[in-house]
Amino acid sequence: MDLFEYQARDVFEKHGVPVLGGVVATTPEEARSAAQRLGGGTVVVKAQVKTGGRGKAGGVKLAHSPEEAAQRAEEILGLDIKGHVVRTVMVAQGAQIAEEFYFSVLLDRAERRYLAMASVEGGMEIEQLAVERPEALAKVAVDPLVGIDEAKAAEIVAAAGFADEIAGQVADVIRKLWTVYVEEDATLVEVNPLVLTKDGAVVALDGKVTLDANADFRHPEHAALEDVAATDPLEARAKEADLNYVKLDGAVGIIGNGAGLVMSTLDVVAYAGEAHGGVRPANFLDIGGGASAEVMAAGLDIILSDPQVKSVFVNVFGGITACDAVANGIVAALEILGDHATKPLVVRLDGNNVVEGRRILADAAHPLVTLAETMDGGADKAAQLAHAAVTAA
Amino acid sequence: MAIFLTEASKVIVQGMTGSEGQKHTTRMLAGGTTVVGGVNPRKAGTSVDFTVPGADAPVAVPVFGTVAEAVAATGADVSVIFVPPAHTKAAVLEAVDAGVPLVVIITEGVPVADTAEFFAAAQAKGVRLIGPNCPGLISPGKSNVGIIPADITGPGRIGLVSKSGTLTYQMMYELRDFGFSTAIGIGGDPIIGTTHIDALAAFEADPETAAIVMIGEIGGDAEERAAAFIAEHVTKPVVGYVAGFTAPEGKTMGHAGAIVSGSSGTAQAKKEALEAAGVKVGKTPSETAELMRQVLSA
Repeated sequence: MDLFEYQARDVFEKHGVPVLGGVVATTPEEARSAAQRLGGGTVVVKAQVKTGGRGKAGGVKLAHSPEEAAQRAEEILGLDIKGHVVRTVMVAQGAQIAEEFYFSVLLDRAERRYLAMASVEGGMEIEQLAVERPEALAKVAVDPLVGIDEAKAAEIVAAAGFADEIAGQVADVIRKLWTVYVEEDATLVEVNPLVLTKDGAVVALDGKVTLDANADFRHPEHAALEDVAATDPLEARAKEADLNYVKLDGAVGIIGNGAGLVMSTLDVVAYAGEAHGGVRPANFLDIGGGASAEVMAAGLDIILSDPQVKSVFVNVFGGITACDAVANGIVAALEILGDHATKPLVVRLDGNNVVEGRRILADAAHPLVTLAETMDGGADKAAQLAHAAVTAA
Repeated sequence: MAIFLTEASKVIVQGMTGSEGQKHTTRMLAGGTTVVGGVNPRKAGTSVDFTVPGADAPVAVPVFGTVAEAVAATGADVSVIFVPPAHTKAAVLEAVDAGVPLVVIITEGVPVADTAEFFAAAQAKGVRLIGPNCPGLISPGKSNVGIIPADITGPGRIGLVSKSGTLTYQMMYELRDFGFSTAIGIGGDPIIGTTHIDALAAFEADPETAAIVMIGEIGGDAEERAAAFIAEHVTKPVVGYVAGFTAPEGKTMGHAGAIVSGSSGTAQAKKEALEAAGVKVGKTPSETAELMRQVLSA
């Protein structure tokens, strides 16, 4: 999960990383009182969106009074920045910036450890810096068994070429950012820019933090950081039912078992759709290992609630999951859903107990269900049915 | 031969007394795996009876208090882990400390910081990890460690390495008339113990493997690095498949590691990298299987 800047700021503050005052506002009126709370002087009104380039898009503006802060918030709220609509701004204390730096620590998937990156040329897009002036971006490997201790922080600071006068201060901030990384189970902590103010303080002016969802069990407080407003309502329902669901834009609903097979099913349906008016998959839904009737019903219910869905392709390879259990799940799910189930289902089963599974579906002879022999055949049939429904409408 | 796992492998199960552990130990025994023990400190000294289909009597598997005791008593050289995510790190570190040379972690949902830590510890001790969040591996007719169904197909000359479990089964099923030397599911997490490259190198060195199927998916650049490795080091024919062409940017597709960020991690980029390395890449599992048939029939 990616955090908003204001959430990253709060997390930084919690772990002792120096930050400036910042107050969240969702209306111009709130922005005005936020500016007042920050002392009534110069503030920066910053769009809270999980994407880069908001400055260029007009999402970051200076204001010299609470009145002006309200006006700037009015301009920024509702902006569309690369497809992200601004619902919240952060009113942040202004700073007299002397120098801008860059620091991040992240997961290095290739090397299977962590990587710290630092530069004394902050402020610009780091991807651009990495391409144009790679020598200006220090990259230092971090051993997961050691972390960023005093020696490692000094190594990073030296590699990036920070001036001696501030090296100690920067190293201290880097160690606190490492605390954020470890204690919050982050996979990315990035500060751009990290600034030296004119009065000599080193401050994290903007922050990006990505949290590891697998570690949620040891961070119950992270649930409150979720951006509920931006979550698709069907995705939210799926999450409550403990289903792995991603909403897409097509007409063929997909249910499968196992992330790889479901991804592959989406692709195969998209290819099949090329011959049927270009219909595409409507979602990703992985029911995982145990396809009980309840899980199948919950999955089907969510997919059938999507008005864009015109047909459904259930593609299951029974490994641990037995196909007879899946078939029973489908039959029971259709019973549970009753009149709510209105769209045709194409079911392909293979693997563990496939003969029994197919027999159960054949015996049930539900008018909405078509059995497919192969994954390709099932995808083709589901695409054809969706196209027919789209054309008829 | 086969890779990593042979008929001589002696396997212990961490988490054997739990419900998942019991279910899969039964299946592993039925698949011909030599399971020599389980580990549970609260049940040390007892044994668990497994009713294995086809066996005359229940198979009694002893339970040890620690991995070290299990290894000392049985000479186990493989441990498979079925414990919940919150306890996985401790379980892996225990196996690593006990010097088990191959540790297979089935558990899904392990925090990546834990994986980074136990991977570093395993590397320092020269222990091979497979997973986490993986189906394990099978050398058909020899041994089966994890949750891959043993009855999809039998021994043969194809080596298979994949990030995904069910896609592994699908591919084994598509090529069931040829059979496999070893099929290994390496898992879809951001950090994994055994990579595509590790498996490719082992298959290249394995005289029983004639050709290799490599299955990848969106996220990271493991497939691109595997492509570079293939170009340099693999002489056996490799056929590839990449899942996730329709995945949108910024959405995690089930596996923690399966996410397209910006221009990196796309299926198209991976396909192109593999093709540039001389790998034939199928658009679908069935087309990939067909490419492998052509390779083996040539």
